[in-house]
Amino acid sequence: MTTASLRSTYPAPGGFDPRRLRRDFPIFANNPDLVFLDSAASAQKPRSVIDGTAQYYRTDYANVHRGVYRLSARSTELYEEARDKVRRFLNAADHREIVFVRNTTEAINLVAQSWGPAFLREGDEVLISELEHHSNIVPWQLLRDRIGIRLVVAPIDATGGLDLAAFEARLSSRTRLVAMTHVANATGTLVPVERIIRLAHLHGAKVLIDGSQAAPRLPVDVQALGCDFYAFTGHKVYGPTGIGVLYGRFDVLSAMPPWQGGGEMILHVSFEKTDYQEPPHRFEAGTPDIAGAIGLGLALDFIEELGRDNILEHEEALTGYGVDRLSRIPGLRLLGAGQRRLAILSFDLEGVHPHDVAQVLDQHHVAVRAGHHCAQPLMERLGLSGTTRASLGVYNDETDIDRLGAAIEAARGMFAR
Amino acid sequence: MMDLRELYQEIILDHGRHPRNFRVIETPTHSAQGHNPLCGDRVTVYLTLEGDRIADVSFQGRGCAISTAAASLMTEVLKGKTVADASALFAQFHSRVTGGPASDELPEPLAEDMERLEPLTGVKAYPARVKCATLSWHALEAALRGGDPGKTVKTE
Repeated sequence: MTTASLRSTYPAPGGFDPRRLRRDFPIFANNPDLVFLDSAASAQKPRSVIDGTAQYYRTDYANVHRGVYRLSARSTELYEEARDKVRRFLNAADHREIVFVRNTTEAINLVAQSWGPAFLREGDEVLISELEHHSNIVPWQLLRDRIGIRLVVAPIDATGGLDLAAFEARLSSRTRLVAMTHVANATGTLVPVERIIRLAHLHGAKVLIDGSQAAPRLPVDVQALGCDFYAFTGHKVYGPTGIGVLYGRFDVLSAMPPWQGGGEMILHVSFEKTDYQEPPHRFEAGTPDIAGAIGLGLALDFIEELGRDNILEHEEALTGYGVDRLSRIPGLRLLGAGQRRLAILSFDLEGVHPHDVAQVLDQHHVAVRAGHHCAQPLMERLGLSGTTRASLGVYNDETDIDRLGAAIEAARGMFAR
Repeated sequence: MMDLRELYQEIILDHGRHPRNFRVIETPTHSAQGHNPLCGDRVTVYLTLEGDRIADVSFQGRGCAISTAAASLMTEVLKGKTVADASALFAQFHSRVTGGPASDELPEPLAEDMERLEPLTGVKAYPARVKCATLSWHALEAALRGGDPGKTVKTE
């Protein structure tokens, strides 16, 4: 596609206007020169999340689930209302399927540490892919070292997509869990999780989807997908840090033992025996991040108001514009993202180290990520020590991409031999 | 923010593009690998010691412009120095790149060498890049201390 034809279809239909949206994000008023292209690491926060969280502390704060007094009841209501917003966001059947955790990493560790030892035995297999973030590799290695499961890895193909045939070939009756990313954080590869889930279930395996990069942009329907677990983090969906979500199908969660003990997760405690709560509270020991959950609810309101279809359309148009712009820079090689690339432009600039690229970009006020993106096995597979990664959010537009392109060209001029 | 030209001075860009002593010493008396887990960069430093004197020093590895130039300049200043000279230079260099004062304790020839390393001290304004400048020196120190080839030292 040519630049001209991209311009004519941009901004995306539906009145999506990143320039106007940017006014909802105070960070841009406070950093007027900032070109923020690191939303895959963490997204900026809209005013509604920042102010709404502060407002909750000012007017409705108290601990949840315990107080008899009205303020505590109100706080509990807001916290549980946030849970229901998450339920709607994922189209889960029941609010009890939504467990609040700290982030995606904690969600995956919860499954590995609770479901893992309860349902897996030595020799059982957990199948992941080469596209995974360390957070969907290391928890399974810890489990492997603890109970002797096998960790099996499905490779990528030459285009940077998941090799579906190779994936299918690795499925067997020993496969008990498939744990896979929805959108790869280092490349932007969209994984066909519908097909993955169907195939895994045919072999009797459970499926966990890491939705960290998918949740901010893809409509996600856990019932239509049929996955057993779906995890995402608040801070990448324009919400606060410190709050994340584990969705688990109710029958699956109900069969899982607690993973942390303490207050909130119990029905009755004596020194002889303790009875545990039903999900989700069984998995939420101690006072939770109440304000974080409420802030996450506000962030999901923000996303729903924009509409994920509109966000996706906007970001795909901008991704296409970015691919087109960056492809014209000599010596720049974009990492393949398979059939469909979502919001991530990860590249190698010949003869220039990613940290030097990012340093020059920073001088041009362009914020990107440089390094291995917590996906060292993937980098090794691609023969790279790291890449420079620009990632998109709702507030980015083509002027950001143009400034990125110009800054990369400046870096090239400075370092190329 | 300071001008990027302070960080990437011409001599750094030159050594980054065309590193000196960028080769393997086949039978070193000492060698060690430096690893920066933050960026995955690795550098191996090779030494041939004759008594207390560094008869030859070289390096290999993959890194950014700063770490490549730092290793290259290090090998240049170290050739012919004693182990004690190398330690004194590293102490001074480390102090300078982390924003510490320049002490005037270095004897005359070493002070001149320190001047050659001065362009690298621009990293003090960029905390994330200090380790790029010190990686090869950490590897050198590990090589001299441990002495067994193949040893790896990390920056954190």
